[in-house]
Amino acid sequence: MINFIWAGLLISGFIVGIINGNVDAVTNAAIESANTAVELAIGLVGVMALWLGIMKIAEESGLVEKLAKGLKPITLKLFPDVPADHPAMGAMVMNMAANILGLGNAATPLGLKAMQELQELNPKKDTATDAMVTFLAINTSSITLVPATSIAILASAGAKTPTEIIGPTIIATTVSTVVALVATKYLGKLPKYQVDYSEDLESEDAK
Amino acid sequence: MFVKVVEAISKYAIPFIFLGITIYGLFKKVSVYEAFTDGAKEGFTTGVRIIPYLVAMLVAIGVFRASGALELLTKVLSPITNAIGMPGELLPMALMRPLSGGGAQGVMSELITTHGPESLIGRISAVMMGSTETTFYVLAVYFGAVSIKKSRHALSAGLLADLAGLLTAVYVSRLFFGA
Repeated sequence: MINFIWAGLLISGFIVGIINGNVDAVTNAAIESANTAVELAIGLVGVMALWLGIMKIAEESGLVEKLAKGLKPITLKLFPDVPADHPAMGAMVMNMAANILGLGNAATPLGLKAMQELQELNPKKDTATDAMVTFLAINTSSITLVPATSIAILASAGAKTPTEIIGPTIIATTVSTVVALVATKYLGKLPKYQVDYSEDLESEDAK
Repeated sequence: MFVKVVEAISKYAIPFIFLGITIYGLFKKVSVYEAFTDGAKEGFTTGVRIIPYLVAMLVAIGVFRASGALELLTKVLSPITNAIGMPGELLPMALMRPLSGGGAQGVMSELITTHGPESLIGRISAVMMGSTETTFYVLAVYFGAVSIKKSRHALSAGLLADLAGLLTAVYVSRLFFGA
């Protein structure tokens, strides 16, 4: 699916650009976007290092394991394939909490840390596991308590009670999280999304 | 009241986490400085590893936006949005949201300025902004960080969740703020 969407965006963009006669702008957008991507990635290095450092202390002191064990009843339902006391659980829980509280700066590094831990459990390194897909879906649909950006923009435009959007936002994000969980569960059962792990184990044996 | 509590939690959460983890580490006799630097050294490789994925995604989205293809898609889809009772002005917002956070914020600011911060359209756009994530960006960064190439049903599930969030934003806002 991602192949088609990616190619679709790129191809339709260039074709529409040529038809509209603004192909120069399109070419510039391509080059600028590539630069932006590198700036974003490099910009992530510092905060990533900070959180990975702090998380390493939490891990070595046994705090991550404790956190994961405490939330076992919920996390085991969401991620049945991940052992309850695995460091991935701790990182995932902290990422979800950061998202709910709107701590964007903390959420991404913690989420990437969780992905690295989940990758350790993955027998087929280039293919996403069920736990990864579920984690990503929860992440992109995350329940949000206070939509800070929206409130700030409404307030600066002169809204009298910008916080009134909090109620609808909580309801909308709750619905989207439920849809995300149901969708990952049922889509994962479709034949085209099945992963054949046996083949890989054999080829590893052969080596 | 609720907002005050959540704001206070957001403000103190990170200082509390840093304090708590460092003190607990010392208490458990962890060499905290060494552990920190040991963990932090992976920061650079993670940042660098996501570059190809992020370039691929942002270039495709950038080209799509700059060409005017987004406006074209808005025109094609407008009969559907009219049929489900979504104001046509909000369609660019709905289409932009999963692609680009900054782009969506721009569309929202414009809608709020044009229609007013107390207007239904302005409010719905603000709820839409807070209700969904930039799914394409998250997908590229998270899978890129661990070099996953086959994302399976992640994109379909993420986009379905976005759709649900956006539609709920429209309906709930109408209920709250009147049609």
